[in-house]
Amino acid sequence: MSDETYPADLRYHPEHDWARVEGDEATFGVTWYAQDALGEVVYYDPPAVGDTVTAGSSYGELESVKAVSDIISPASGEVIAVNDKVSDAPELVNSDPYGDGWLIKVRLSDPSELDALMDEAAYRAYLQGLAG
Amino acid sequence: MSDLKRTSLYDAHASAGAKIVDFAGWEMPVEYLGVRAEHLAVRERCGLFDVSHMGQIEVVGPGARDFLQATLTNDITRIGPGQAQYTLLPDDDGGVIDDLLAYALLDRFLLVVNASNIQACLDRITALAPAGIEVIDRSPGTGMLALQGPAWAKALTPISSPEPFSLQYMEATEATVAGVPCLVARTGYTGEPGVEIMCDAGQAPAIWDALMGTPDRPDPAGLGARDTLRLEMGYPLYGNELSRDRTPIPAGLKWACDLKHGGFPGAERMQREAEQGTPERLVGIMLTEKGIPRGGCPVLVDGQQVGTVTSGTLSPSLGVGAGLAYVSAEHAERGTRLQVDVRGKPKAAEVVTLPMVDSSPRKEHHS
Repeated sequence: MSDETYPADLRYHPEHDWARVEGDEATFGVTWYAQDALGEVVYYDPPAVGDTVTAGSSYGELESVKAVSDIISPASGEVIAVNDKVSDAPELVNSDPYGDGWLIKVRLSDPSELDALMDEAAYRAYLQGLAG
Repeated sequence: MSDLKRTSLYDAHASAGAKIVDFAGWEMPVEYLGVRAEHLAVRERCGLFDVSHMGQIEVVGPGARDFLQATLTNDITRIGPGQAQYTLLPDDDGGVIDDLLAYALLDRFLLVVNASNIQACLDRITALAPAGIEVIDRSPGTGMLALQGPAWAKALTPISSPEPFSLQYMEATEATVAGVPCLVARTGYTGEPGVEIMCDAGQAPAIWDALMGTPDRPDPAGLGARDTLRLEMGYPLYGNELSRDRTPIPAGLKWACDLKHGGFPGAERMQREAEQGTPERLVGIMLTEKGIPRGGCPVLVDGQQVGTVTSGTLSPSLGVGAGLAYVSAEHAERGTRLQVDVRGKPKAAEVVTLPMVDSSPRKEHHS
């Protein structure tokens, strides 16, 4: 397991997904909070390269021994890469949620959607609200 | 704010880093370090579960044996003092109110029932009890630990008097563990050898702490591992595989129903089902491709639904998706190929023999 972190260079969706934006492309994954809530991830059901993902909608599933969790897309676009390492070793989502545990890369269709996402401070405040 | 109940071991769970969930009205540990690690610890070594949420009902008085013989499905005359028996409490139609362990003790019977069914069991047993039979709910004051896994005796021996070695599977004895008077029974819900220990609830933490202080201490194990362990064995779970909608027969529990003597509610229906077969049977299933079956997933043959998954998980021992399902009798044979519809995606599966793993609670302890 990893320590609770929320990197400053990411954008956050309220369903506990992150986006790392590089030009008109972005890498998506789930946050430390999401993997902690789910527990040890044992299965990743990814989308296919070429699939379209839509902001706020599920693009795949992560499963622990006990539960299934939809993965919500923080922005819309076309899938250009899927992290096969996570398919083979789903526990990477727990051990390195922002690094080797990334889930998909997407070519963004509407980068303005990113404006609706939270920065680190806003996401931390949002988590505080959930705990309260 | 919350009306959830806590066992006397709540603080022990919290300090061991447990993730706590609501289970049948109790705040219970679902996992500590992780379900998989705890599951494998129990299969390979030893784990310690808090099962204090379970119910304990005493049945006392002259004629208690005859009363239970006419109330529960199994033949209770086959156990004498110090022995336990798996049995079921049927409703008037033979539907299952609960599955339970009945213990014959020197001067009384003790029924250990599921936490979610304590009231239903009390209501049923009290309603049927003739004059002179006392039915007493001991659940609130009773703590219960399950020490499970091949190394159970190594962990228990240093703190138990007498030594627990002579106990056979499904036997129970009074003992002193960590200075606490207990009932120690060679029972459990994991498929591994081990014991369940019942004592005064307030003294359960002394036993927990003492076990955790032994050189061969068990790993704390939560309800998550308890569920995956029982699933690999094919043990039914009330609410998933058992309910008032079916008798025990389609679940493969004819062995726990004394159809030869009968005389308990629903016996005639069970006899008929045992002779004629039931339209559906409970089977073990294993996916032959990646994926995890879950309770409620439809089971398909040639695109047609032939059954429903009742419990499913990723088997920590086998590393594949595995579950239990009621399927129509013609598709219940071992080796039958079928598909599980996992949220719209059909996954190849097959009917497998239970238990799915090479474990048995009857195994001897490590010397």
